[in-house]
Amino acid sequence: MYVAVKGGERAINNAHAWLAEERRGDTGIAELSIEQIREQLALAVNRVMAEGSLYDPDLAALAIKQSRGDLIEAIFLIRAYRTTLPRFGASEPLDTGAMDCDRRISATFKDAPGGQILGPTFDYTHRLLDFKLAAEGGAPEAVSEPADPMDIPHIASFLGAEGLLQEEAKSDATPRDLTREPLSFPADRAVRLQALTRGDEGFLLGLGYSTQRGYARNHAFVGELRIGKVPVEMEIPELGFAIEIGEIDVTECETVNQFKGSKVEPPQFTRGYGLVFGQTERKAISMALVDRALRWEELGEENAGAAAQNVEFVLSHSDNIQATGFVEHIKLPHYVDFQAELELVRRLRREAEAAQQAAAPDATQPMVEEPAE
Amino acid sequence: MSGYNFAYLDEDTKRMIRRAILKGLAVPGYQVPFASREMPMPYGWGTGGVQVSAAVLVPEDVMKVIDQGADDTTNAVSIRAFFQKTAQVAVTEATGEATLIQTRHRIPERPLTEDQILVYQVPIPEPLRFLEPRETETRKMHALAEYGLMHVKLYEDIARHGEIATSYAYPVKVADRYVMDPSPIPKFDNPKLESAAIQLFGAGREQRIYALPPWTPAVSLDFEDHPFEARKAPGCCGICGAEDSYLDEVILDDAGGRMFVCSDTDYCRSRVAAAEDAA
Amino acid sequence: MNPILSVRNLEKRYGARIGCTGVSFDLYPGEVMGIVGESGSGKTTLLNCMAGGLVPDSGEVVFDMREGGPRDVLKLSEPRRRMLARTDWAFVHQNPRDGLRMGVSAGGNVGERLMSVGARNYGAIRAEAQDWLGRVEIADDRIDDRPRDFSGGMQQRLQIARNLVTGPRLAFMDEPTGGLDVSVQARLLDLIRGLVHDMGLSAIVVTHDLAVVRLLADRLMVMRQGRVVEQGLTDQVLDDPQDAYTQLLVSSVLQV
Repeated sequence: MYVAVKGGERAINNAHAWLAEERRGDTGIAELSIEQIREQLALAVNRVMAEGSLYDPDLAALAIKQSRGDLIEAIFLIRAYRTTLPRFGASEPLDTGAMDCDRRISATFKDAPGGQILGPTFDYTHRLLDFKLAAEGGAPEAVSEPADPMDIPHIASFLGAEGLLQEEAKSDATPRDLTREPLSFPADRAVRLQALTRGDEGFLLGLGYSTQRGYARNHAFVGELRIGKVPVEMEIPELGFAIEIGEIDVTECETVNQFKGSKVEPPQFTRGYGLVFGQTERKAISMALVDRALRWEELGEENAGAAAQNVEFVLSHSDNIQATGFVEHIKLPHYVDFQAELELVRRLRREAEAAQQAAAPDATQPMVEEPAE
Repeated sequence: MSGYNFAYLDEDTKRMIRRAILKGLAVPGYQVPFASREMPMPYGWGTGGVQVSAAVLVPEDVMKVIDQGADDTTNAVSIRAFFQKTAQVAVTEATGEATLIQTRHRIPERPLTEDQILVYQVPIPEPLRFLEPRETETRKMHALAEYGLMHVKLYEDIARHGEIATSYAYPVKVADRYVMDPSPIPKFDNPKLESAAIQLFGAGREQRIYALPPWTPAVSLDFEDHPFEARKAPGCCGICGAEDSYLDEVILDDAGGRMFVCSDTDYCRSRVAAAEDAA
Repeated sequence: MNPILSVRNLEKRYGARIGCTGVSFDLYPGEVMGIVGESGSGKTTLLNCMAGGLVPDSGEVVFDMREGGPRDVLKLSEPRRRMLARTDWAFVHQNPRDGLRMGVSAGGNVGERLMSVGARNYGAIRAEAQDWLGRVEIADDRIDDRPRDFSGGMQQRLQIARNLVTGPRLAFMDEPTGGLDVSVQARLLDLIRGLVHDMGLSAIVVTHDLAVVRLLADRLMVMRQGRVVEQGLTDQVLDDPQDAYTQLLVSSVLQV
């Protein structure tokens, strides 16, 4: 006699125990500390903070440890934690012009006030496995010089001064908060940028790449890419003025894009914008490309039907926590729906079979056997 | 669980969700957008249902959670454990004893009462989504009650297969106004949508809540000459002998051996118990 | 007799550029009017402004409604305008892909309008679709085939059937024979002429092809740079053009 499967609860508990054991791996090998992850896997930590929408390197490192290095799982842990946190208020807008830059490059001008600062980049490393690292990394030290106290103005401001770059409309309106309101369409640029900055790096990379290959090509130059620390200020109601509450690392990318102009407007460059927590320049550049592609309508460009131009498509699919949940949910039981389909297909096949038999008596054997009851 | 509010969500969030639920009850079948929170379980795994349950749950509730009709499927176990941990509510497997039932893909066989709330987990709330992917367009179609396209789909089914080939998530027209996706329940369950219980539908990832107040008409779409038919696998349950319940097929061996058993495990168990009592 | 459609001072601009401006005319029941002009003359802009695809900047488009008489359709609520578009109006696109559901069978394409106004009997919908496929010379056994398997001419005939099944009174046609072979064009024109006559349909046909208007249109409007430069009876305009541009247009066709 058949007995229905039982024991879901025990199975789950056992699975969790096994997972914990696997996470730790060989106990003969030293356990990773949060500090090690934070210091030595900093770019993974940055990605988890950016897509988790929570600037906390220690928590991101913990999430990476807990998720066995699965960064989307780590982002998920951070998001689920973040949503439970109380809100004290909103910061003042960041002034990225006042950034203490570790890296600042422009692809549009050979030199500009503030100079080109290469910073800690992989760009010109030769991608040769460094077997010395397998043994010991040591404590390499780079040459350092005291920072030039000079301001590093945005490259965009030089173009803007000449009227060559389209001015963005200024607004003091409070932007909508994607984490507190449902996403709705049409989505304005503030909402789009919010979705993009917490969107999946791989998804944005692919979309940004597609714009370069002709799917809504918009001829982007990296006007400026800067990475560094910016102060975060917040107005405290009791004080009545803004005070600095800390500083965070961010990556900012402004692209300068071609614009044809029209009979009434002289030709001008337009921009795409990317701003992401931490040193995350692949993401920031991709974000700027996609932001620019999404602006086709306001800039009077043609809708080429490209994925990167489709606001609903991009915003509805950029969140990797939503995506991974829904893609993976198809491994959950679907017995009931499948049974309904099974029953339908069997019946349709029986009917088709009967029709064939009627058309040509004693021609073929039945295609399907009756289910045993 | 220390550090978290009763039923996990903070009271502000619950209030926001309750507002959406009330609006949904006031406009049956209309999809109310709500600011779905990130839950500690994945999207697509019942985050909408969990948020709705958390918003309506009170300490006196007796909760039942089913997935595919069964209380013991892993995701049902996981969600039940979540509420036991965060709300310390009493739980049950008996449909008749529950005041709040969260479900995925089934409506219990035993008729619900006016003292019960049934909460559905919904993956894709938009019944028009696979006909028209643009949200801006589907919202307009609902607003203007332009549902011709839905019947085109049904027409195509009949033209190709001789019958309407939708076997689950079969769309219904609610109170003669909104076309609604009843979540992926088998169409066998559609007639049970007209129920004494309050029915709430939560889609977390898609940020929508909708509802059916008690006894709201929910008519399965069809044609006059191809009327809707609630269907299930032919035959009866191999355990309790029920002929009126939805059946799961179980493969017994690799020689084609199989049997059919009730998908609603509580229904099956209670029938077996009743038969034993009678004997 | 009231005009079925009265257009007054219709204007649409794209920034500084004129789409169309100062367009006024009356269309009477059963009448077919052709709008000709080279590409960029504003004829398609005008058509879309009348049919609801574009919102004009100013002007009136007054339609003689079945119930309620003459009304400016630009001032109708969206539900009423959409209802009008799927009952009393027809719109035939140049590219049948824009006017058909390519993934839906021919029968479903024709039946859609019926279902959208409440038809719920499968047999009756199918019979009506079958009848309309016959009227546009599509064989009975193609009813369950999808339009992507049809030739260009068949697709265009299917689009016409799909539009006319609810018995509209006014049809807008945008280059209905564009992109088709000459022999296919001739057959289609013949079919349209027959349907227009049988149904007493009023129609506005936009085309750059003077042969099309010669065959279909009672009256003609010639457009250039967004403005109407000449209008009158088709034969009159084609045989005795007054405007210099029309003369050029007519002579260039005659040379072919």
